Amino acid sequence: MLSVFLEVLRRDLLLAWRNRADVLVTLAFFTIVACLFPFGVGAEPNLLRTIAPGVLWVAALLATLLSLHRLFAQDHTDGVLEQLLLSPEPPVLWVLAKVLAHWLTTAVPLIVAAPALALLFDMTQSATMVLVLSLLLGTPILSLLGGVGAALTLGLRGGGMLLALLVLPLFVPILIFGAGAVDADLAGTGAAAHLMLLGGGSLAALALAPWASAAALRIAVE
Amino acid sequence: METGQRFSLFRYAAPQQFYPLAGRLAPWFAAAAVVFTLIGLYLGFFVAPTDAVQGEVYRVIFIHVPAAWMSMFVYLIMAFWSAVGIVFNTRLSAMMAQALAPTGAMFCFVALWTGALWGRPTWGAYWVWDARLTSQLLLLFLYFGFMALTRAIEDPRRADKAGAILALVGAINVPIIYFSVKWWNTLHQGASVSLTKAPSMATTMLMAMLVMALAAWAYTIAVVLWRVRPLILERERHTEWVGDVLETSEARA
Repeated sequence: MLSVFLEVLRRDLLLAWRNRADVLVTLAFFTIVACLFPFGVGAEPNLLRTIAPGVLWVAALLATLLSLHRLFAQDHTDGVLEQLLLSPEPPVLWVLAKVLAHWLTTAVPLIVAAPALALLFDMTQSATMVLVLSLLLGTPILSLLGGVGAALTLGLRGGGMLLALLVLPLFVPILIFGAGAVDADLAGTGAAAHLMLLGGGSLAALALAPWASAAALRIAVE
Repeated sequence: METGQRFSLFRYAAPQQFYPLAGRLAPWFAAAAVVFTLIGLYLGFFVAPTDAVQGEVYRVIFIHVPAAWMSMFVYLIMAFWSAVGIVFNTRLSAMMAQALAPTGAMFCFVALWTGALWGRPTWGAYWVWDARLTSQLLLLFLYFGFMALTRAIEDPRRADKAGAILALVGAINVPIIYFSVKWWNTLHQGASVSLTKAPSMATTMLMAMLVMALAAWAYTIAVVLWRVRPLILERERHTEWVGDVLETSEARA
């Protein structure tokens, strides 16, 4: 059973590596969205410092959203998805592997890039640390929940817009706790509570979301 | 005995049995909705005393609060039918969920709109980022998402099941959204305006509000029964009984 998980993970990572441009485009999108805000609200350093956590989290959220279609669409068009569903292996396993691959190729680059962007907003070192931690704990929920949305909208016309409508309201709590963690750290109340909630949310999503994704995929393919 | 009970319990799960039942029940619920609305509005606008603090403006709550309650109930009922549909694989429950969604969205919108009208004279702003307002807005988006997804899928069976999964995922998330927004709000704004701090309510006000809530229930049931009937006909158009129904209605016309 574990071999299926590892094999699908290896395959998806390999595919991502061969299409490196996709990953880089997501990263570029993240950077550009974050850089747009100073033009919009003005480059006053105090203001930038206040909005930085929210801006970086919203940018990460949108970047994840735009990358979600990669999760199943390719496999859906070339028939791999059907073969996987026909195989005797439990779908939850390989869905989880695909989501993990998506997280590794989308969220991890964002997390690595986040401290550099934090410099642009003049964030303090401890706030940057908390931001990275909150992204590390929160982005798995984005990939897991987004996987459900991607599976539900698989192969639909106007799927991208629809996906945004389906998932963005569900992402709101993650945004609140993610950006809230940094704010709490800046306010001196400590970010532990927020980070624990994000971690708990990740575990809950890990337990529930793959089942929903697997069920949605079965519906989409049959 | 066992089979007899089961027969009666699931009898109306068959679209063929439910279609005439819905047609018979809907006018009664519609009539009840009209009666309750008239009584409730009369109580609310003529009998209930003027609020000492807010003046006459407060009377919008007789529409606002029942609409807000109903918008949340409807989502729960939708999630309930979705769960029934997934567990028992009944066709009718998905149709019920889809018939419910527009009414829920409508109540959501009414609650937001009347809330804005009430907020302007009371709070001095049409909109504040209060926990209740924000979660109500997100609920509206969840309704839109459900409707958009079920409309976008052409195959009705896939639409039913995908909608059911989405409704259940949404139902799990609604409390999470509510509490996260509430916490976010207290962190950011400190003491904000709250409906719970309103002075305790006179009995007539409460009566009027409850009657209006009953009216909202009756309206929802009537509208959903009416909306589910054409859905049933559309889905079951290949069956013999639908042909009979259509023939008799054509003959009558």
